[in-house]
Amino acid sequence: MTAMLNVRDLRAYYGQVQALHGLEFGLNEGSMTTLLGANGAGKTTTLRAICNMVRSTGAIEFEGASLAGRTTENIVRLGIAHVPQGRGTFTTMTVEENLQLGAITRKDKAGVVSDIERMYDHFPVLKERHTQQAGTLSGGEQQMLAVARALMLRPRLMLLDEPSFGLAPLIVRDLFKILGKINREDKVTILVVEQNAQLALELADTAYVIETGRIVMSGNAAEIANNEDVRKSYLGY
Amino acid sequence: MSAIQEVVTEAPAVEAVPKRAMTLGAGTSLVMLAVLLLVPLLVKNFIIFQLTMLLIYGLAVLALNILTGGSGQFSLGQSAFYAVGAYTSAILMEHAGINYALTLPVAGVICFVFGFLFGLPALRLSGVYLALATFALATAMPQLLKLGYFEYWTGGVQGLVVTKPDAPFGLPMSQDMWLYYFTLVVTIAIYICSVNLLRSRSGRAFMAIRDNEIAASAMGIDVSLYKTLAFGVSAGITGVAGGLGAIAVQFVAPDSYTITLAISLFLGMVVGGVGWLPGSIVGSAFIIFVPNIAEGISKGLSGAVFGVLLFLVIFLVPHGARQVAIVAQQLIGKLRKN
Amino acid sequence: MELFFNQILAGISTGAIYACMALAVVMIYQAIDHLNFAQGEMAMFSTFISWQLMQWGVPYWGAFVLTLGLSFLGGIAIERLLFKPLAKAPILTNVAGFIALYAIVNSVAGLIWDFTIKQYPTPFGSHPFLGSQLISTHQAGMIGVTILLLIGLYFFFQFTRMGLAMRAAASLPESARLVGINTSWMIALGWGMAAAIGSIAGMMIAPVVFLEPNMMLGVLIYGFAAAVLGGLTSPFGAVVGGFLVGIFENLVGTYIPGVGNELKLPIALALIITVLVIKPAGLFGRPIVKRV
Repeated sequence: MTAMLNVRDLRAYYGQVQALHGLEFGLNEGSMTTLLGANGAGKTTTLRAICNMVRSTGAIEFEGASLAGRTTENIVRLGIAHVPQGRGTFTTMTVEENLQLGAITRKDKAGVVSDIERMYDHFPVLKERHTQQAGTLSGGEQQMLAVARALMLRPRLMLLDEPSFGLAPLIVRDLFKILGKINREDKVTILVVEQNAQLALELADTAYVIETGRIVMSGNAAEIANNEDVRKSYLGY
Repeated sequence: MSAIQEVVTEAPAVEAVPKRAMTLGAGTSLVMLAVLLLVPLLVKNFIIFQLTMLLIYGLAVLALNILTGGSGQFSLGQSAFYAVGAYTSAILMEHAGINYALTLPVAGVICFVFGFLFGLPALRLSGVYLALATFALATAMPQLLKLGYFEYWTGGVQGLVVTKPDAPFGLPMSQDMWLYYFTLVVTIAIYICSVNLLRSRSGRAFMAIRDNEIAASAMGIDVSLYKTLAFGVSAGITGVAGGLGAIAVQFVAPDSYTITLAISLFLGMVVGGVGWLPGSIVGSAFIIFVPNIAEGISKGLSGAVFGVLLFLVIFLVPHGARQVAIVAQQLIGKLRKN
Repeated sequence: MELFFNQILAGISTGAIYACMALAVVMIYQAIDHLNFAQGEMAMFSTFISWQLMQWGVPYWGAFVLTLGLSFLGGIAIERLLFKPLAKAPILTNVAGFIALYAIVNSVAGLIWDFTIKQYPTPFGSHPFLGSQLISTHQAGMIGVTILLLIGLYFFFQFTRMGLAMRAAASLPESARLVGINTSWMIALGWGMAAAIGSIAGMMIAPVVFLEPNMMLGVLIYGFAAAVLGGLTSPFGAVVGGFLVGIFENLVGTYIPGVGNELKLPIALALIITVLVIKPAGLFGRPIVKRV
């Protein structure tokens, strides 16, 4: 399988502070991968670097094309959807407007309309609230909205930054079930950054562990989940 | 990261200037002091007068720096406080025969109270709304000064003539030179007090409020008290500057204190570097000398030339003179290493 | 009582001027999240351009449309050349930029067209409107144009893709980029639209206040005040705000003794600020909930 996303020697900087020190990894098409690590390890920075939201050097290739020098919006237009930390919901706009915004770069009106209906099928609670201001939704609902908005792009690759943050465990289970479904049925390659390692390892097929800006472990998610030493040293459980 | 993610991300309107960066190093300060002490001995009276105005406007810009750069509140209304200070001094000197030096603390206190009182309703406003409120204050002031009710005291539209003081104890220096050194002493005193204020607990409270008001309040800072205090202090200093201005210029008139003055002070703060107290004098130099330069370049297009020069400055150094100082510091650091 | 009613009516007709200006102000606020002090000057400059075109023989509506287009392009040009470089600079530096722009535009206009007052034509005629002594046909036309503009803007923002994209870019630029919106161009477009709307405001106002480089000074302040009163996020609020400000101003001038022309402005502003202290987001603005 060809790697859909290839990251080589990625170094990222916040001002003078270096956050990533030569990160290297690849994502295979159709895979569900999770990037794990402690607070401050560089997980969010990695996703931001892919979308050029932070100053970085190194080589990032998506489907063979280099992402260097492209603006965030152009990277998104290549088919990479990013659900950021904190969700980035347009709180002053309605649920439906948020979904329309997800598809704002698409030219096929009819496709957009039918996709919105599909989102409502995936997430019925969004249909209930579709004329409500997005800011009035609960945390879990906003997370679903953020995922739905990302899907409206019809992305080839979806990046999610700590989708479980601040959500009750039951809701996280539901969300991850839906993510699994999207990965299998809609053929969307997914990279999930998570602090909640246990749930993420149940969901994913591949896992990378990042520590102070470097990949320290990679492999099959199930194997890592079953490896007590790895779990204790890197994942804290 | 914790719950702070959920904030409707409004980047703080005033960028944070770290506390230690708000002043000059000791070496540079001494050099500046030497220059300020010696230059008047070498130049003509009119230049001395301009230098005095440089210090006076520098004080006013400093006051604005404390308010905006320190506590994060906008004000386009400093001209109102300047006017009140100026008129206070003028009225006390001309109607009550009080010595000029004594009028300054009175002007300061009156303006402090005025600023504090204005700060109270202003608590509910921020950003653009506060700017509008202070703008209203600035536009109202000249009109209030022209009102018939006050004419006996204020001299109405004509204003009041102020007597320039002589050097005391028969010292052998011109009025301008005496006034310059007097102003210099006042300015240095206020500068030192301001630096100490910003380094103190109150200063830290101001800056906490500037950077994140909600967090500051959650930490137990009495936001209302400190915000109004900041307004009061800023107004008080501006009032003293106004008083000095009245003495230096030798008259006060309503149309000397229009919104143009408030806007100039604002520009002075930006050019000097918001929140960087030493920059106040650079900003002051800009607003005093650049309009003259602009007029010298083209009488008909003086406004346009001024605008272009202003653009040049903000393109080259968007963070004001502070940026220049930082770059200079880095260069000196590199030279030292070699 | 009749005096009161007449003053209200008169206030509405002067208020149309402020409503028009307020629309341009809100427009740019939507795009760049702050107020542009130079907007009045840009509107004035556009109006002069239309006047010049008419001097060269272009008929009124032709000059109107041409000026609209030129202003749109001019707004974009100014943003790309002067303010895009300042995009990463602090807000206060940008404000200094607005002030610089003000100085430049005002000065250049004065040089090209000098400071003598000029007559400016109105397409609506200046006869009493429906026989009323207080509203002329021009003022009625102005109110009509403002309302049309408002409806147009409403449709644009609520029902078009570009409008949605602009709203998103203004509200959360980073999220907007993450859905593929070029936020930098959205800002440029916002400027262009604001300049165009400003030009309409200028061309409507000039017949009443007469054309000269300083004509917009008072109008801009009232326009800001009206926009803020109405709630900076609401074009409808801006228009209502404009009418209210016009009414305030008239009533203050009529009923408060000793208030000449000069004090009307600060008093009107004081009234507006009182409203803001009670309702900080303006009459129709959406209160911004700050959650920590």
